[in-house]
Formats: sequence, C-alpha cells, structure tokens
Amino acid sequence: MDNLILINIIILVSIALIAAAVLYFVSQKFKVTENPLIAEVENCLPHANCGACGKAGCHDFARACVNTAAEDFKKLYCPVGGNAVMCQIAHLLGHPDIIKEETVAVLRCQGSCQNAPDKVEYSGIAFCRIANKISSGRSGCPNGCLRLGDCVRACPFGAISMNKETGLPVVDEDKCTSCGTCVAICPRGIYEIRPKGAQTGRVYVACNNKQKGGIARKNCKTACIACQKCAKICPDIKIENNLSYIPTTVPADKFGAELAANCPTKAIVYIGNKNKEEEVKHD
Amino acid sequence: MLKISTAPHMSSPVDTPILMRDVVIALMPAAIVSVLFFGLAAIVVIISSVAACMLCEYAVCRWLLHKKSTLHDYSAIITGLLLAYNLPAGFPVWMILIGAFVAIVISKMAFGGLGKNIFNPALVGRVFLFVSFPLQMTTWPKPHFLDFWGADAQTGATTLGILKQLDASTSATALSKYGPNLDDLPNYWQMFIGYTGGCLGEVSAAALLLGLAYMLWSRVISWHIPFYYLSTVFILTSILWLTKGSPVYDPVTHLLSGGLMLGAIFMATDYVTSPMSTNGKIIFAIGCGVLTVIIRLCGAYPEGVSFAILIMNAFVPLIDRFAAPRIFGTRRK
Amino acid sequence: MTKTFPMGGIHPDKHKIAGDIAISNPGLPEIVYIPTKQHIGAPAKIMVKQGDKVKVGTLLAAADGIVSAPIHSSVSGEVIKIEDVIGEFGYYEPMICIKVEGDEWEDSIDRSDAIVRTIPENTEEIIAKIRSAGIVGMGGAGYPTPIKTTIPEGKKVDCLILNGIECEPFLAADDRLMQEKGEQIIVGAKILNKLLGIQKAIIAIDENKPRAIEIMTKLTKTYVGVNVRVCESKYPQGGEKQLIAAITGREVPSGKLPVDVGCIVQNVGTVFAIYEAVMKNKPLFERVVTVSGDAIEKSANFMTRVGTPASFLIEQCGKISSDLGQIVFGGPMMGTSAVNPNAPITKLTSGILLLSSQMSDKKPETPCIRCGRCVDGCPMGLQPNAIARAVRSHNMDALLELHVLDCIECGSCAYICPARLPLLDCCKLGKIEVRQHQNKK
Repeated sequence: MDNLILINIIILVSIALIAAAVLYFVSQKFKVTENPLIAEVENCLPHANCGACGKAGCHDFARACVNTAAEDFKKLYCPVGGNAVMCQIAHLLGHPDIIKEETVAVLRCQGSCQNAPDKVEYSGIAFCRIANKISSGRSGCPNGCLRLGDCVRACPFGAISMNKETGLPVVDEDKCTSCGTCVAICPRGIYEIRPKGAQTGRVYVACNNKQKGGIARKNCKTACIACQKCAKICPDIKIENNLSYIPTTVPADKFGAELAANCPTKAIVYIGNKNKEEEVKHD
Repeated sequence: MLKISTAPHMSSPVDTPILMRDVVIALMPAAIVSVLFFGLAAIVVIISSVAACMLCEYAVCRWLLHKKSTLHDYSAIITGLLLAYNLPAGFPVWMILIGAFVAIVISKMAFGGLGKNIFNPALVGRVFLFVSFPLQMTTWPKPHFLDFWGADAQTGATTLGILKQLDASTSATALSKYGPNLDDLPNYWQMFIGYTGGCLGEVSAAALLLGLAYMLWSRVISWHIPFYYLSTVFILTSILWLTKGSPVYDPVTHLLSGGLMLGAIFMATDYVTSPMSTNGKIIFAIGCGVLTVIIRLCGAYPEGVSFAILIMNAFVPLIDRFAAPRIFGTRRK
Repeated sequence: MTKTFPMGGIHPDKHKIAGDIAISNPGLPEIVYIPTKQHIGAPAKIMVKQGDKVKVGTLLAAADGIVSAPIHSSVSGEVIKIEDVIGEFGYYEPMICIKVEGDEWEDSIDRSDAIVRTIPENTEEIIAKIRSAGIVGMGGAGYPTPIKTTIPEGKKVDCLILNGIECEPFLAADDRLMQEKGEQIIVGAKILNKLLGIQKAIIAIDENKPRAIEIMTKLTKTYVGVNVRVCESKYPQGGEKQLIAAITGREVPSGKLPVDVGCIVQNVGTVFAIYEAVMKNKPLFERVVTVSGDAIEKSANFMTRVGTPASFLIEQCGKISSDLGQIVFGGPMMGTSAVNPNAPITKLTSGILLLSSQMSDKKPETPCIRCGRCVDGCPMGLQPNAIARAVRSHNMDALLELHVLDCIECGSCAYICPARLPLLDCCKLGKIEVRQHQNKK
C-alpha cells in the first residue's frame, strides 16, 4: 500500500519535472530578443491598440519610437495618451519633450430631429453606411448626420453617445482621444479632429452641407447658407462649395463669440473655455 | 409619410412561429397514438411536460431576463412535447417538472434562449432524468389499446431491452431458462403501429412517419437528416445481421424500435442544434447513425439515440465550419 | 427540360400582374428632367444651354470618356434650366429640364413600324451607332454597351445570351417587349452576332412567361442560329452569373467577368435598343416601364420617355391604396425605395412599384434559429448568417474567409429568413468593410 502511494508520487513528480524541462528548453529556443526599451516604452502607452498613431498597435508604436532618430521621433504621436505619455516616452529615450495641442472630434452637423425633421420614415437596418447608400436620409440633407450611430458603435473609447432627444451623437470631450475612428467610419465625413482649445475655446462651422443655401435650408434650420457674413468678420474663413470652413488657426477667443452670434442660421458653434454649461449648443 | 428601407422590399410569409407551429402539428399524430395506447397516463405526462416547459420559459423571461416572453414562438411547446415523448407513460409528475426545468432553464435559456443552445433541450432533459431516475425511466407500461383508464396496466420491457438481454444471455454461454426469448419480441407490424412497450412518442413509427411526411410537404425540414440517419443504422445493422445472423442485429427491428424514428425525425433535425449546410447535415446524420449503432450494440444501455444525437450536437460548430457549401465559381471538389 | 443554376435560389410570389397588359403610351408630361448620369462611369458633358430649342433625339450631353454614354432629348421643346434637381433617392443630381412643346423628332430617325432586316456589313459602323445612341445595359447595371460588346484582347466569346428572364416579381417590361417586339429583338441579336463574330444566340426566358416563349419560339424558326431556352422559374435566375451557369454550365470564377468564360449576356431591352439604334437611327430615349404593385389599382406597361417624372405615370394607374408603404424604383428584391416620387425615369428604371406597408414593412427581428434557409437559398454558395455574425462582431478575418465580396446582393437570404434578420444589409456592410480594409493595405 505504501509502495503504491510512493509510486504515484514519483510518477507525478517526474511528469512535472519533464514538463518543466520541456517548457524551459522551448522558451529558450524560441526566445525573441528585443530591446528592453521597447517594453518600457510600451508600458507607458495606453494599450488601447486603436491604431490612431498610424501603427499596427501599441507594441508597433513603441518599437517605432525606440528605433527612430531624434528628428523622426517628433513625427510620432500617440493621440490617445496625449502629451503626458509622449513626454514620458521622450524622457525615457532622452529626446526633448513633445507638446502638441490637444485635439477632439467634433460633429459638424446640427441636423437634429428638431432642426432637420424627418421627411420619410427609414425602416431599414440602423447602420449609417447602408442608409447612406440607398437615400439621402430621413431629413433629406445629403451631407448631414444620418442619426443611426455608426460612430457610437465604432468608438473604441465609448466617448460618443446618442442624445435621444436630438437624435445626434454627442462626443464626450473628456473621453475622446481624437483617434480618428469616427472620422473614418462616418460615410459622410462629418467628423473633424480639431484642437480642443483648452485656453481659447473652439469655434467651428457645425454644418457639412454643400448645397446652395436655399436648398440646404429647406431640409435643415441650421444649415450653412454660405452668406459670407463670417468671412467678413474674419478674412481667414474660406467659403467653398457653398460651405464655410473656419481654419483651426483662427483664434477662437478673439472671433468665436462674434462669429457665433452673427451667423444667421446658427451654423457656427462657439464653445468657450470657462462655463462648461454654456457649451451646450445653440438649440 | 413615405417609407424607405433597404432591399428586399418583400419577405417570405414563413417566419419562425409558423415553422415551429408546423413542427407542433407534425408531432400531433404521435400524441394521438400515445393516448390511444396508454390512455390517461399519456395525457398527464404530455400536458404536465408542455405546461412545465412553458412555465419555465415564461418565468425565466419575466423574472430573470426582464424581457418580453418568448412563448409565442412555439419553441417551448416543442421542447415540452418532445420531452414528454421521451418519457414512459405514468412517469411521476414531479420528475417531469425537474426534467422541464433542466431542459428549458439549464439547456436552453442559460445559453441565451432560442437559437443559441448547443444541445437539444428535450434530449438534455431526458438524459438528465434517465441518469437521475433510472428505475422510473425504464418502467414501461404495456400498451392497452383503447383502455383509457388503464388501471391494471402491466409493465414490460422494450423491444431493445429484450434484444439487449437476449444478446447478453447468448454470449454468456449459460442459456437461462427464465431469460428473455424471441417470442417476447413484438412483430414488425406491432412495432410499426406502436403496439409495444416504450416511451410515449417513440412507440409508433407510423405516426412519426406521418409527421415526417407533413414536415417534408410543408418544407419545414429537408429530407437529408432523417434519410441518412435511418439508412446508416439500417445499413450497419444489415451488415452485422448478414454476417452474424443473430436476430439481435435484425435491421428492421432496429429501425422500428426505440427512439430511433423520433430521434431521426424530430430531434436530430432540430434547426438550432444541427448543421446548416446540406453537406453538414449529411455528415451529422451519418455520425448520429454510427454512434447509435455502436451504443446500442456495444454499450451498456439498450438505447443510444439520445446520447448519439447529443454527442453529435457538440460537433455541430466544427461541422459547420468544415462542411461549408461550395462557393459559386470556385472549383468543384 | 428547363434549365437552372446549380445552387441556391428561392421562389418568391411572382405577382406578374402586368404580364398580360399591353405596352401603352402614357403621353407626354409638361416638363421632363433628364439626368446627365444614367449609366456607370463619368456623367455626360452637357452640350446645350438654357433657352436652346431641342427636338426628340437631339444630343443633350456627350459621353465624357470611354466609360460614359451620351444623353439625348426625349421630347421636343425648350431647355428651361440646367440645375441640380432632387433624384429618386433624395440626392441632388445635375439634370436638364425641358419644357415640352409638341412632339417633333429629329429627321434622321426612322419612325416607321416596318422591321428592317438587312444588317450593315461594317462592324465599325454598328459599334459607332451603338455608342452614339447612348445605349447602356438596361437590366439595371447601366454599364455602357459598346464596352461590353468589345471583346478584350486575347479573350474569345462563343456564346451570346439574351436575358429575358426578368426574375424580379411584379416587373413585366421585358416580358411585354418580347411579346410585342419579338422580331426586332431577334434582329438585334443578329446584329450582336455580327459584332461578336459568332453565329449563335440564345434567348433565355423564364418558364413563367408562356406567351413570350411561344412567340419567340415561333419567330426563331425563321432565323438560323437563334434559339429559345426555357429556364426554371427561380430567383435570381436573371443574375448574369446564374444565367450563364444555367445555359452553358460554366461558372464565372470569383472576381471575373462573363467574358472570361466566353459569354456575353445582354438584356432583351438593351438588344431592342441596339436594333433601334442601328436600324432606325434612334437614340435611347425611351424604354418600357412597368408600373405595378399591390398598393395601386391598375398595373401598366408604359413606353416612357426618359425624364418623365414617375408621379406622371403613377397618376395614370388609378387610385393608390391608403396602405401605401414604399415606392420602389426597380424590382422588389433589388430595387431601391424612392424618397421622391417626382423623380424622373432614367434609362435604367425597369419598374415603379407601389408596395403596401403590409408587404414591404420590415418585420421585427427575432433570434436566428440556424434553420439554414439562407445557406440553402444563396445562389453564390455563401453563408449569409455567418457573414452577418462576422459583421456584427467586426471580425474581418472571418469576413474574408467567408468570401463576402462574392455576394451579388440578390436578397434571397433576407427574403427567406424566418427570423427576419437583415442578412442582405449585413452582407452589404461586410462588403463595404472589406473594401475599406483592402484599401487601407
């Protein structure tokens, strides 16, 4: 009886030893030697693997950081981690700090259920990319938001949510990492990555409609009608294809409030830096 | 207001509840036969099983998942009927409740409800009862035709049970005088009609074939699974019968007895737990057939249909992956 | 023996109400809106200006490049404006608006009913006429015909198939055309034969069109080399790949064209247009349009001028049911529901269907019960349910493995699904995602 127990123990222990030995040799044999810096850099990164930096993932980005010269390092930026992470990496690698202005995704459309009411009933599958193929959408605006939420589903950080009342997606400024997924997925290219404007606030044209003013207004109260008023206030503003565009270089603190107040259709949105409550758009 | 939607702008009138309702209709002949042969006891089993399954589904939807009840799609009724068909008449009602609970709550709703379960719920319920209450599960009353109350119902062995004992006694050299003998076996006609011992739904091959005919006619199922399943069993037992010559291997008896017909027609063809492509269905059915024969002839249990189908259920995802249909424009294999 | 394709297919209700109704003339509307893009490729270059007087058949816009087609006026009158007008899907497109005055045709067009049977000898001349007539594939693809009939270097064509299947429910435009203009179609087939340098042509007709089969069979007796083949009534029999498989047994490999297996398929409507262009010098400016559906009193087949607003045709078909759900341009299986019923008919509009809410509303989705009907019904041998699952879980590897790009978007899967899953939409989305993924690489 004692013998039996002993034999069992010996068998089990030897199996364990053999397995351990095999594992050891295999791990030695297939060991990949990599610059330990890469692992260190990777540890700083957010591990979202979103690809927003243009690399295949965080590991790839870390490798690129370590393997590039000081000049090229400036071109690398992790929009998710932001300045804090990039400074940390720069410190690790002995490069000068990288400071970029923080950016955020903005929806250039205010075609809510109220501003651009439904003209037809859409009963197909709730995917913008499909709806965009078969029609100009419920409101009739061929460039406006389809209000079906492809961006909400696509956002890897859960920063976009649907406002049930307006039907429009809302970007959570704090969660948004400006990774650009929404820009890529929106079939109408409504999203734009713009500077967050922590000090200055930000001002942009919240309309994407490239039709003539009269036609655009038929479908939406807040459409840009290319009336040139904004261009008169600030000459940097360009108007192309019946649509005004405010370049990111226009100082929002200087012109923002005036532009927004003077836009006859309230297509220009100014979000100041102080009162967060007032950020809620005009409607 | 005009409506816009994506193509196609019309859809087939057949939807899930209609398909399921057709299966319920196809199950009816077997219910009638079982009532004719087993009387009140059969009605008690069927009604309590269906009611218990519906109650379980309703309860889970209502109080656990907090969503609209899915009773309207008839799937709980099918599970209830199939579970009842797999039980002997006079089976205790409280055990039926346990079986229904296992079938619906554990085997179906826990996986996510209709369409997501891996194993056939009714079979899981039956196998659970079979291993938990082997005595009650193998107490088969003898059929008493048109004797509704059936108060003096005797119990007896099933055809397959007799075969198993026969097999055991012949191989164990000492031929027992009191052991089973060939005369106990019902003749083919009795087996076809269902005048034999067994579970409620499985006794009458005729009623089940009628149901099969209805399902084929209304295009609820394709013919592949029943055909390949039954032929596999028939061919394998024929080979053994021809080479060994023992009545234990009689192919017709094997075809008509036990749960084979019920399994091949209603259980193996369950949409959710069978492969989707035609090739997959053929592989699945042949697998079921081979396993059934192996369990029946080599295993300890006289009956192997439920285990065979459950085992093959587990292979369905794999079969689906490797028996995908040929894509148009790719080379024929 | 009826022929059919090797896998899949479904049997939707036919609703071929319009098949018994003769082609009629709806008359002329007050204003026509002629889009400058009625084909695949570049929009045509506008050649007229506001205030110009035009006749029926006058060139309005010239082809801009090889993959493009010219546009001709379908009415006589004055060009009142050239601007962006809302089309059937709600998108604004550049259109030429012409106020109708009388019905004066260009002199070069032969308006007699006599059938011309002598085919020009010069193939260059034939192809030039087809090109200048602005003929495009009228089955719905809108691919310019001159390109399709030019065989690429190194390829050999031995089989010309005339597609008279019209497998979409409701539609009967091709059916009526074969019944009424059968001989012209056959002469058109001979013209194509000449162009392709082959002797034979096969007219494929669905078995649900007995009169068309009878008429065409009788007519083909006097024409050597033209034969009628009856195909099983199964959807999507009229799909190009499916039709070739049914007639010749050849399968067009994934990602290849019919020419690669030596076949050319032309819609009978296109062939009729070729006949008129080559023999009668008539550009493509009118076509047969079926107006039908279960939400309208009468069905009709109209020989409609391009640019006529759809509502002009609908008004002539009696009362619209109060249960009207959708107005569909094209067939109910592959057509698109229109946002704007005033949108003009184009060269590609085979039908206008008014469908009731009861028929066309999307039914609520229920869980997939894995019944396998979509797999059995897919004419391309795909697994729509697996594709839908992969799309919803963003599984790109699975999408590629499932060959989603082979989907012909026939809608069989979504039609047959008892759980009412939007399988077709998922397949389309899958295709979009795969293309995006491939472009990124």
